[in-house]
Amino acid sequence: MSGILKIALKLLVNDKSKFIALLVGITFAVFLMIMMMSMFSGILARSSSSVYNVGAKIWVMDPAVNNATSSIPMPDYVLSHARSIDGVKYAVPIYFGNALVKLKSGTYQAVSVVGLDDATLYGRPELIEGKIEDIYAESAFVVVKDAEFKKLESPKVGTEFEINDYRGLVVGLAKVSSGGLFGIPTVYTTYNRAITYIPSMRFTTSYILIEPKSEADIPFIQQQIKKIGYQALTRDQFVHKISDFYTYQTGMGMNVLMMTAISFIVGLSISGQTFYTFILENLERFGALKAIGAKGHELITMILFQASFTALLGYGLGVGLASGLMILAKLRLPSYAAQVTYTNLIFAFVMVLIMAGVSSYIGVRKVLQIQPFDIFRG
Amino acid sequence: MGNVAIRANALVKWFGEGETRTTAVKSASFEAGFGELLYIVGPSGSGKTTLLSMISGILKPNEGNVLVEGKDIWQMKSDDIADLRLHKIGFVFQDYHLFPRLTTVENVAIPLILKKMDWNEAIKVALEYLEIVGLKDRAELQPVKLSGGEQQRVAIARAIAGHPDILIFDEPTASLDGDTGRKIVEFIKTKILNPQRCVIIVTHDSRIYEYADSIMKMEDGKIIGFEQNTLHVV
Repeated sequence: MSGILKIALKLLVNDKSKFIALLVGITFAVFLMIMMMSMFSGILARSSSSVYNVGAKIWVMDPAVNNATSSIPMPDYVLSHARSIDGVKYAVPIYFGNALVKLKSGTYQAVSVVGLDDATLYGRPELIEGKIEDIYAESAFVVVKDAEFKKLESPKVGTEFEINDYRGLVVGLAKVSSGGLFGIPTVYTTYNRAITYIPSMRFTTSYILIEPKSEADIPFIQQQIKKIGYQALTRDQFVHKISDFYTYQTGMGMNVLMMTAISFIVGLSISGQTFYTFILENLERFGALKAIGAKGHELITMILFQASFTALLGYGLGVGLASGLMILAKLRLPSYAAQVTYTNLIFAFVMVLIMAGVSSYIGVRKVLQIQPFDIFRG
Repeated sequence: MGNVAIRANALVKWFGEGETRTTAVKSASFEAGFGELLYIVGPSGSGKTTLLSMISGILKPNEGNVLVEGKDIWQMKSDDIADLRLHKIGFVFQDYHLFPRLTTVENVAIPLILKKMDWNEAIKVALEYLEIVGLKDRAELQPVKLSGGEQQRVAIARAIAGHPDILIFDEPTASLDGDTGRKIVEFIKTKILNPQRCVIIVTHDSRIYEYADSIMKMEDGKIIGFEQNTLHVV
């Protein structure tokens, strides 16, 4: 580190009260921004968990569907049509629904039920206990061992339970890549058993999952599905649609944006004001440095370094604090929906750079205005 | 007295325009040589500080020029003037303007660091200068923990650390008691002044006039007298 930067650093950190105030301001702002954005990212990721967990390349649905859990059942001819399209390797139905499980303790627990195509079991989860073929056994269910697993009183293979007044038998435990958004356990069974156990409307197919012969066939498949009034979306398009729904149609996105903006303004106010006071208190010394022979660009370098150092340190502390709190929260609440993404980190970093930029701009203006003659005049 | 260190030619400085225009320095000319301890004296508002600022490359005159070691400083670019101040001129401000968040030795090292000297080397050299002013044992203290006289000596150490040819003191005894003030100026006279250095002191403290080689008197922006000191103490 060059000598002039070392002076700048010592001037900054040796003024402990202001340095701490600056750090607290930026750390607090980063912490709030990261927390808000991470919670939002976590919610968005969880909202698409079914799409990720099933893993199909193309999802066929009613165009009015805007999130995975609110499917609109489709008639059987849609499946037949899908299977008849050139470029479709295979197409299978999948069922998503909810049921009530009566536990041994006598309490009821809502569960999310996924009914897999009987012939192919396409979209099945990875089993960690039991065998997947046992799902064909009478009353068989596979239970997902995720954060909500305990709500079913941690069943084992062979555990019996009641589901919508039918007998249920756990034949396997599975793991999935992403937990659900609504904090209820997930069970898998066959499509036919699912529509038998759960009261349904006239149509029962929640989605049709399509495996195209090649990526190039996807636009044609989408076109053919659209012709009969339905919509075929790739996995990414469906995830995007769900994200858009939660972001724009639920008000959640706007709320998060407002909270992030408020966090930014609070952080900017604290850091800007404190840094400005710091510069004002040292203004005469900067003037003395000018008189001694420091050039304008050297003083600017000092101020930018001070602002950047504080901003980066505050950023690191803020990210660390937010991550630490999320880890703690997840230890206590396994279903806690928050995830730090690179986008969040980059966004918060850019915000912090803006804070540093604005704060140092005010300081630089002041320091460049001070004339050494003012120091002589006192 | 040796060669001319500073020559001021017909310096004029005014502030404001129109009816509010005030002329602070009116056609001031003088010269100061190496090995000379020159006092600029006069009442408050007589233009001493303005004149001092113009000859040290801090305030541009409206008219006239300043030659430092033969070079017209106000023909230079601003960065070159800053370089000249850094390499040729040392300042001791009336309020010292020491950095309270730096240690004494770090304060003294500032001109060396501005000259791009390595940090550790600068601290080492600064310690030598603190020894010259008798404050080596205070090196790691912050300036606020020093007395007024000690702070003044730290400011002097900082001013001389850069090996300037010209040293400028603005009211060096203003905030010191008489005894300490005299000791400081005696120190300047005996330890700081040498045949390769010119020292200019702005003061209106008549208690220290006896140490001057020559005294330039100012009043209402004009130089009204210039005399060799008859009370001269060697």
